[in-house]
Amino acid sequence: MLKSRINMLGGQLFVLMAMLMTCPGIATATETMVDPAISSKPWWFWPLVLFVFCLVLGVLAVMAGVGGGVLYVPLVSGFFPFHIDFVRGIGLMVALAGALAAGPGLLKRNLANLRLALPVALIASTCSIAGAMLGLYLSSLNPDIIQACLGATIIGIACLLLFSKNTEKPVVTKQDAIGMALGIQGIYWDDGAQESVEWKTHRTLLGLFMFIIIGLLAGLFGLGAGWANVPVFNLLMGVPLKVSVATSKFLLSITDTSAAWIYLNRGCVIPLIAVPSIVGLMLGSFLGVRILAVAKPKMIRYMVIGVLFFAGFKALDKGLGIGLMG
Amino acid sequence: MDKDNDALKASEEQVLYANVLMIGVLAGLVLMGVTYFIYLTGIFPSHVDMSYLPQVWGKNVNEYLHLTNTPHGWEWTKLLMKGDFLNYIGFALLGLMTVVCYLLLVRGYMRQKDWAYTAISVLEILVLCVAASGILGGGGH
Repeated sequence: MLKSRINMLGGQLFVLMAMLMTCPGIATATETMVDPAISSKPWWFWPLVLFVFCLVLGVLAVMAGVGGGVLYVPLVSGFFPFHIDFVRGIGLMVALAGALAAGPGLLKRNLANLRLALPVALIASTCSIAGAMLGLYLSSLNPDIIQACLGATIIGIACLLLFSKNTEKPVVTKQDAIGMALGIQGIYWDDGAQESVEWKTHRTLLGLFMFIIIGLLAGLFGLGAGWANVPVFNLLMGVPLKVSVATSKFLLSITDTSAAWIYLNRGCVIPLIAVPSIVGLMLGSFLGVRILAVAKPKMIRYMVIGVLFFAGFKALDKGLGIGLMG
Repeated sequence: MDKDNDALKASEEQVLYANVLMIGVLAGLVLMGVTYFIYLTGIFPSHVDMSYLPQVWGKNVNEYLHLTNTPHGWEWTKLLMKGDFLNYIGFALLGLMTVVCYLLLVRGYMRQKDWAYTAISVLEILVLCVAASGILGGGGH
C-alpha cells in the first residue's frame, strides 16, 4: 500500500517536472537566450522556478540512483534561459555541495575508502582542471560545440545507465602489483547480508587511466562523474558495489572542487541562480532518501533515463543547429 | 567476523577527515543561507542589480563580465560589502574544505611513515591550490 503510494508520488513528481519543462515560460526560454519574454519577467521568476525544478530533480535523482549534476546540466541548459557557461559552473557547485554533504557519513561508516579514493582523485582532479579550461575555451569559440558534445555525452550516459550491469561483490582472485603497493584493499560490514566483506582491486593501472577521461569530462561539461566512477570501480577494478558507490560520491567532493574553482574564478557562478539550485537539489535529495528508504521505484529510474535521452538529443539538436526539437 | 570488530571500523585519519568535513560543510551551508538572505533583502547593495540579471545571464561569461563590470579571480574579496559577492564566502568555504582535510591527512600519513600517500596528498593539495589560486582560470576577458 505504502509502496504503491510512494511510486505514485514518484510518478507525480515526474509529471510535475514534465509540466515545468513544458510550461510556456520555460518553453520560450529554449527558443532564444535574449527573448524579450524572458527579460520582461521579474528577476525572482527564474530563481523561483529553478528552486522548484531542482527540488523535484533532487528527489528523482536519488530515486533513480544518479547524481544531481548529471541531470542538472542538460536539463537546465536545455530549458532555462541561462548561458551554458553558468549552467556548467553551477552544475559543478551543485555536485560538489551534494558530495561534500554525503562525504562524512560515508567515511565514518567505512563505505567510502580513502586508500581507493586518494590516488584516483589526484588523477581525476588534475584532469578536471584541464577539462574545465578546455570547456571554457571551446565555449568562447562557439558554445554550440560544447552543447553538441554535451548532448552526445548525455546520450552515452543514458546508454551506460540502461545497459551496465553492476556486480554486488565482484570476485578478485589475485590483486595486481599497483593495487598491492598502494594498499588498495579493505573490509566493510554489509548490513543486508549481516557479514563482513573483504575486498581488493585488480586492473588498477587501467582503472587509474580511465580516470583521466572521467576527470576531463567532469570538468568539460560540469557534470558530476558518479555515472562513470561506479562502473570503473566496480566492473573494471573489482570493488564491491557499495564501496564503489560510496567512494565515488566522496571522490566527487575532490574532483569537482578543482574544476569548480576554475569556473568560480572565471565568474561562472551567479549567486542568484546558484543558491536556489544547490539548496533545491540538496533538499530534494534529503526528501528522496526518505522516500527511498521505504520503496525502490525502478520505474522512476527508467523515466529518468528517458529524460536523459531526451535532454541529450535536445542538446545535440541545439548544438548542431538542426532545429528538430525546437 | 563480528560487526563490532575493530578491523571493520574506519581508520583514524578517515574519521578525522569526516569530522572536519562535516563541520566545514555545515558552516558553508549555513553561511550560504545567511548571505543569500542578506542579498535578497537588500541589506547590502548588489554589485549587479537583480532586475538587470535576466538580461545578461543568457550571454557567455566574457560578455557577462564585461557588461556587468564584474571582476574575476579573487577580486571578489574586495567587494564583500556587496550583497551578491557576499555569497562567495560560502562558495569559497565549500571549495576550501577539501584542502583543509587533506592537510590533516598529510600529518596523519607522515606520522605513519606512509610516504606514498603523503606524496599523493601533498600533490593533491598543490593541484587544488593551483585551481583555487586563479592562475589558470581567472583570465580571458
